[in-house]
Amino acid sequence: MTTAPALEVKDLCKAFGGLRVASNINFAVAPGERRLIIGPNGAGKTTLFNLITGEMSPNSGSIHLFGHDITKTPSRRRAHLGMARTYQIITLFARDTILRNVTLALVGLSQLRWNPLTPLDREHVVIERARAALARVGLDHIAHRRVSETSYGERRRVEIAMALAQNPKVLLLDEPFAGLSIDERQDVHRTILAIPREVTIVMIEHNMDVALEFAERITLLHFGEVIVEGTRKDVVDDPRTREVYLGH
Amino acid sequence: MSVHKIAIGLGILCLATLPWWVGNSYYINISSQILLYAIFALGVNILAGYGGLVSLGHAGLFGLSAYAAAILLDHGAGHLAAILGALAITLAGTAVFAGLSLRATGIGFVMITLAVGQVLWGLAYRWLSVTNGDNGVNVASRPAPFGIGLDDATPFYVTTLIVFLLTLVAVAIFVRSPFGASLAGTRDQPRRMEALGYHVWLIRFYACLFSGLLSGIAGLLFLYYNEFISPQAITLTASAEVLLMVISGGAGTLLGPIVGAGLLVVMKNVASAYIERWNFVLGAIFVAIVILMPDGLVPGTVRLTRRALQAMRGSRPDAAQPRLEEP
Amino acid sequence: MSLWIVLTVNSVTLGGLLFLLSTGFSLIFGLMRIPNLTHGSLFMLGGYFGASLFIWAGLNFWVAALAAALLIAAFGGLIERFLLRRLAGNELAQVLVTLGISLMVADLCLVVWTGDPISVATPSLFTGFAHIFGVAFPLYRLVIIAIAAVIAIALWMLLDRTRLGAMIRAGVDDRDMARVVGIHVSKLFTIVFCLGAGLAGFAGMIGSPILTVYPGIDSDMLPLALVVVILGGTGSLLGSLVGSLVVGALYNFGQAMFPELAYFVLFLPMVIILALRPQGLFGRHAP
Repeated sequence: MTTAPALEVKDLCKAFGGLRVASNINFAVAPGERRLIIGPNGAGKTTLFNLITGEMSPNSGSIHLFGHDITKTPSRRRAHLGMARTYQIITLFARDTILRNVTLALVGLSQLRWNPLTPLDREHVVIERARAALARVGLDHIAHRRVSETSYGERRRVEIAMALAQNPKVLLLDEPFAGLSIDERQDVHRTILAIPREVTIVMIEHNMDVALEFAERITLLHFGEVIVEGTRKDVVDDPRTREVYLGH
Repeated sequence: MSVHKIAIGLGILCLATLPWWVGNSYYINISSQILLYAIFALGVNILAGYGGLVSLGHAGLFGLSAYAAAILLDHGAGHLAAILGALAITLAGTAVFAGLSLRATGIGFVMITLAVGQVLWGLAYRWLSVTNGDNGVNVASRPAPFGIGLDDATPFYVTTLIVFLLTLVAVAIFVRSPFGASLAGTRDQPRRMEALGYHVWLIRFYACLFSGLLSGIAGLLFLYYNEFISPQAITLTASAEVLLMVISGGAGTLLGPIVGAGLLVVMKNVASAYIERWNFVLGAIFVAIVILMPDGLVPGTVRLTRRALQAMRGSRPDAAQPRLEEP
Repeated sequence: MSLWIVLTVNSVTLGGLLFLLSTGFSLIFGLMRIPNLTHGSLFMLGGYFGASLFIWAGLNFWVAALAAALLIAAFGGLIERFLLRRLAGNELAQVLVTLGISLMVADLCLVVWTGDPISVATPSLFTGFAHIFGVAFPLYRLVIIAIAAVIAIALWMLLDRTRLGAMIRAGVDDRDMARVVGIHVSKLFTIVFCLGAGLAGFAGMIGSPILTVYPGIDSDMLPLALVVVILGGTGSLLGSLVGSLVVGALYNFGQAMFPELAYFVLFLPMVIILALRPQGLFGRHAP
């Protein structure tokens, strides 16, 4: 790579007592790339995301965003540096409308978040941008519905809207297709395909048919270690892949 | 929406004219008490209701303000100086309180605030040379802003009402602001908020300061109301009482703490006339509310009213809503 | 010189009583993740029941102490089974309920036993003094230290050598994992709560010749238990032991040297530990 990778992880290690959840993970994602991370349950995929976003700190190793070492940078700063993620388990603000959820995502990166004086409901600029983000995932018609009154598929799309609203440079999607019906999967798929090229996407997914279509390069994790990495063809043909999933 | 505004307007009108339709100074004084405790409860609610941080030490901040003012007055300071000095000391004390307590969240926060509240009580009780211990500190007179004496029930009530309304407006603005929304966000999904770019610790710290300031204001009103302060006001029981006001009325709402304050002050005054053991009643209500009506009275009543209205309009009762799984 | 020795002995004695009180508190916190705010009340009730059995029912001192322990253990079991278990999973609610119960118990005690402190006579066998290094130590204080030591060893053997102990340690370490491997966690909660309550009640009775039993002793003892657990770490026996000795010393020496700031002296180390090492000296999880 001639330019600095968008996201690079070097010798990343994390252990809980005797349990090693990340063992010398090395990988680099080029700007604009669509990277897929796969691996059986418990392989350490979500843990890897938590380490990358800073919600968990590694025992050793380093993480770089566009060449800058962000290993010691707190999670909230990484959001300001252009990193956004969705979560495997839906963690939306249940009591609020989906519009308010996306608005909060926008406010997080703005100085507005420290304003204790003016009503949030009157910040039309921010709210319009939130509405636009919802439109990108096709949900602006139910903007004022509470999260608790939306379907699972809709909530998944709200998650993506919140991440996209922050105009990230690197987007981490944690199992965006989990638990969706076929129609819902189409919607999310369309949404992800529509994400502009400038955004680097790293996706964790189990749902092979949809995910393989999306992936340019694939990283296979098992027991916290990178087993295989390469293009779709490389990984699919590699005997170690079969071994990891089928045990032989 | 406009029904809302009419109700608020009526409410304020009733409160403003209270001394004239109540007449009896005993009840006017009780109303003053309700209002000052409502301010205290609103302060505790900022943390407990909107921040998700339950404190069992806030009586310490309430008392710190009262003691600071009382001691300043005792050393010859004028009322304005004492009030400003007390609030400044309370803010500083709250900063230390928050710095310690925010080392943890959830149950840890409860424990540390309890311990810090106890330290403040211990200081009030034992530091005889400064606080006069169990004997407390007397205050010679109430202030006379713009030359109007506050020694009678009615002028004191009106002053308290003004302070209360200003506080209520401040809290309402705070809650609706982006910062207020951030605080609520840290209550519901702290990890996510951090990942979205919010400085969760600092948000909570500022919320603590606001909460401490309100507790301090209430403490000053309490001091002038009684013209006396003693360690009794800083006990764990005192912190439990204000917390009960918040949760019985409904944490996380604007009206809840006010209703809770009204309820508890009235009950305490009525009960004291008939039962000697108020603490037993307090404890029993605590247990009952937590087990039977954890949401509090205001949300519970709102829910019941909504259901009643829907039933009257003949619409179907709410279909089962899809539940959001807990993370 | 002899003042320091007296203070030291008193510190270790108080430390012994605190150990009995706070081990239960620590185990309950470690396993159930709640600070049991009723713990001071259980100590006080143990003193009141034990004193009543001793003074008015004429029972032998030690029999009264054991009976008090059993009564309080049973009471603790009732609290856990019928109130706390209803709120399983909602730790904050459980803490508030224990707070409410402590308020109710305090007032009930006032009604039953009135406001006068109850002096309990030292058991006749131990009313004398032991003479060590030319200083006279009240024998009873040494007895308390010995009892606390014996119970400490017994508890250590329970936790380290028995199956129940292993289950408790597993539950303290990782409650959800313990459930997964088949440990009946809710039954464990009841057992540990009873054990903690019983220890607290026992401590309340055997401490009564020294401390007397008075309304308010619950709010005097609870913060001490809290400091012990924050200092020593939750769920750790060694932590309770070390924490109790430290708090016992801070309390006694603090009272002697800085009577006006005694509370401050007591809580300062707690504050330092919270700032530097929130999980306490020997704890596994931060609060």
